[in-house]
Amino acid sequence: MNAPFEGIGASVRRKEDLRFISGNGHYTDDINRPGQLHAVIKRSDRPHAKILSIDTAAAQAAPGVVAVFTGADTAGLGSIPCGWQIHNKDGSPMAEPRHPVLAEGFVRHVGDPIAVVIADTKQHAKDAAELLAIDLEELPAVATVTAATAPGAYLVHEGAAGNLCYDWHLGDKAATEAAFASAAKIVKLDLENNRLIPNAMEPRAALGDFDASSGDYTLYTTSQNPHVIRLLMGAFVLGLPEHRLRVVAPDVGGGFGSKIYHYAEEAIVTWAAGKLKRPVKWTADRSESFMSDAHGRDHVSTAELALDAQGKFLGLKVHTLANMGAYLSTFATAVPTYLYATLLAGTYTTPVIYVEVKAVFTNTVPVDAYRGAGRPEATFLLERLVDVAAQETGLDRVEIRRKNFIPRDAFPYQTPVALQYDSGDYFATLDAALKTADWAGFPARRAAAAAKGKLRGIGISTYLEACGIAPSKVVGSLGARAGLYEVANIRVHPTGSVTVFTGTHSHGQGHETTMAQLVTDQLGVPFSQVDVVHGDTSKIPFGMGTYGSRSLAVGGSAMVKAMDKIILKGRKIAAHLLEADIDDIEFKDGKFTVAGTDRAKTFGEIALTAYVPHNYPIEELEPGLDETAFYDPKNFTYPGGCHICEVEIDPDTGVTKVINFTAVDDVGRVVNPMIVEGQVQGGVAQGIGQALLENAVYDENGQLLSGSFMDYTMPRADNLPNFSVATENTMCTHNPLGSKGCGEVGAIGSPPAVINAVVDALRDYGVRHINMPASPEKLWSIINAGRPAMAAE
Amino acid sequence: MPQVTLTVNGKAASVEVEGRTLLVEVLRDKLGLTGTHVGCDTSQCGACVVHVDGKAIKSCTTLAWQVDGSTVTTIEGLAAADGTLHPMQEAFREYHALQCGFCTPGMVMSAIDLVTTHPDGLTEQQIRDGLEGNICRCTGYHNIVKAIAAAWPVMHGRGTLAAAAE
Repeated sequence: MNAPFEGIGASVRRKEDLRFISGNGHYTDDINRPGQLHAVIKRSDRPHAKILSIDTAAAQAAPGVVAVFTGADTAGLGSIPCGWQIHNKDGSPMAEPRHPVLAEGFVRHVGDPIAVVIADTKQHAKDAAELLAIDLEELPAVATVTAATAPGAYLVHEGAAGNLCYDWHLGDKAATEAAFASAAKIVKLDLENNRLIPNAMEPRAALGDFDASSGDYTLYTTSQNPHVIRLLMGAFVLGLPEHRLRVVAPDVGGGFGSKIYHYAEEAIVTWAAGKLKRPVKWTADRSESFMSDAHGRDHVSTAELALDAQGKFLGLKVHTLANMGAYLSTFATAVPTYLYATLLAGTYTTPVIYVEVKAVFTNTVPVDAYRGAGRPEATFLLERLVDVAAQETGLDRVEIRRKNFIPRDAFPYQTPVALQYDSGDYFATLDAALKTADWAGFPARRAAAAAKGKLRGIGISTYLEACGIAPSKVVGSLGARAGLYEVANIRVHPTGSVTVFTGTHSHGQGHETTMAQLVTDQLGVPFSQVDVVHGDTSKIPFGMGTYGSRSLAVGGSAMVKAMDKIILKGRKIAAHLLEADIDDIEFKDGKFTVAGTDRAKTFGEIALTAYVPHNYPIEELEPGLDETAFYDPKNFTYPGGCHICEVEIDPDTGVTKVINFTAVDDVGRVVNPMIVEGQVQGGVAQGIGQALLENAVYDENGQLLSGSFMDYTMPRADNLPNFSVATENTMCTHNPLGSKGCGEVGAIGSPPAVINAVVDALRDYGVRHINMPASPEKLWSIINAGRPAMAAE
Repeated sequence: MPQVTLTVNGKAASVEVEGRTLLVEVLRDKLGLTGTHVGCDTSQCGACVVHVDGKAIKSCTTLAWQVDGSTVTTIEGLAAADGTLHPMQEAFREYHALQCGFCTPGMVMSAIDLVTTHPDGLTEQQIRDGLEGNICRCTGYHNIVKAIAAAWPVMHGRGTLAAAAE
């Protein structure tokens, strides 16, 4: 019997599932250490206030309480660092106010941590936290970028004039103005990208442990990148040497960006564990997650597109205000700049682009990358603008896109906003999606829906994104304070089984399966004999973690490099055993063979020889078969594709039902099609959520109104359709796998497809644009305002 | 403190609780059954669903004393003694109905209840409506719906998972 195919291209069922479906997952809150204490954080319920006094006496005296700490105790700790320094137009660095672990003198958003109560049980800590007497003097607050940048707006930080973090730009302003001067048509659109709350299903948690005998610290935390946390927290906040600090991110229940960042609670439990010489654990309630996990999106933009008389794009001008929240989260500053402005060419040949971005402090939770991070904002802006341009020039929505697509033979393609795309075929994904969605048959479906009193619309989005942010040298020159390579260690055991140690982190993506498939494919080792280890700084080499759809494109490429070293060494060992020249040794299907003969050694025999080197070229070759490779990409990867959404709106209720959703994406080489489809389905669900349901709402004073699942509309099973998901792939030309990444495409391509469909459904009502979410209330109002009978009333 | 006696996954358990102690706290903190998760504090997400006397309930909004004397099944108690998975567990794996795994235990327990209470058939719409109390952030529900539909004939003795896949 042939072994089942388990290499690249096989929909192998996931290794990790067995523990998850059996209740044997090992999430941070499942971990308990002997003598463990429980921390509860007292947070500000005011958006902006001066702290007049904190009386901890009653809390200190409450049953079970071991310690209460406030900002006075942690004032000697470092500021929670921002990982990317942006420079203003004039070359000066951005405003970077101190971000304390516990509030020092002021609270700046609802949820800002003021004090931590540590007790023998969580209930005791909660009870005692209620006894803290905190006297706050309320200050004026600004909740939106518009309010924060209004003349005379109250400042969030004294050192940040005008509430500006930075005023940045990209592109050739003069050339863009010239293009606009020569344009036959200019289309202008004001739009907002709604603020979202990531809401991974596992709330954040952190458990700090201190070993008094060795002086070593361990932090268990819900993180997408444990080494990054170790570096940021150890070097910048707590001043702990990295070799004395172990960070473990065990099973993590979803991240979507929100678990990239270094959070105050991680530093608090680690620091307190050292102070108290006992383990300290904190687990967020969902209400805490809403007001302390970094939020996403929140842009207010004006976009202008210049076209010639035939509908060719001549130039694009964009002005964006991006909300940073009250403090700078780890990658917040990079999102509206290098992950947003650089994407504004999209799939089009627009020759000149000029973008201005102002990042603004407000009295809200910090905003950072959420699935897609900057790229959904760019895509929404561009794909809405193109639809409006079609409407206002009378061109067909599909034809205006085709007319402006980067041609198939134009790659590598240099955009006017810094990026150079290596590969893509936007015509192929478009054609496939149009066919699957039966675009041509839509008018009949619209008429049939109209006969039932329903408003049907169809929308399209042809998007491009950039993944696997790199190379390190380039991002460093742009202000990144980290490298963006990845690392893999391939350890072949004497009996021929393999353990992969990867610097990436899996929190739902299925790396334990996909990465094992790579080994099966490259080394011929059966899938069942490959294990993947991630998430523990004491086991893996220094890696950068998982975000930006980088794990396969960057982390998988590091694995390929390491496996190339394994194969080379194996060939040397085989040459010795088979008494042949190394150049004559071929490696294929798990066998080292002397070319043109049947003389061969299996991978297992070579592995055993490497560790039992009795008959071995010991003078030239070290024993062992264990190789590490670091891979620093030459460029981003550029997934792209076409999403088509068909909706039906009930005019009586304003409720939008997604009837069909088609995604045809170019993600490069696919290792496990089942996993890729799952990633796209999940991303599209989040995109539909953004477009129709989700919205983080603050009142004008900065109070968070959507602070629970009762108020923040998460997509549920009955809000979503079955998805039609497929790929039409071109290979990435600069990494050894050809893979581009698939984690974010769903959330990037889908929101404009949904809104374009909603606007199309309402085309008889004179609708030009609708900001997200297209809620029933919003649509009902539009529909009813447009009804002649209603207008007459 | 009052004592609560339960049968959990076939084993008798007797634990001391406060009046405010929740069933999920008994399961996770006192019995070490950490497969049942807490994903919210407003009884919305369903990560905490277990079976009490055969019915799916949210253990994060059930006081331990309310279920004194009951029989509780958690995700850890679904597989047979020899390790054979419950058909719903099998279907979730086969259909890639989970990614991060955090909502999965509650989702599986709700799904079993849904199939059990619909012996005459289960439409896609009924499945989607029936999952109203369980939130998944990873999958978009597409594969969860497929897995539940595939488990229905198996659980009602009318087919196999392989046949459902065809």
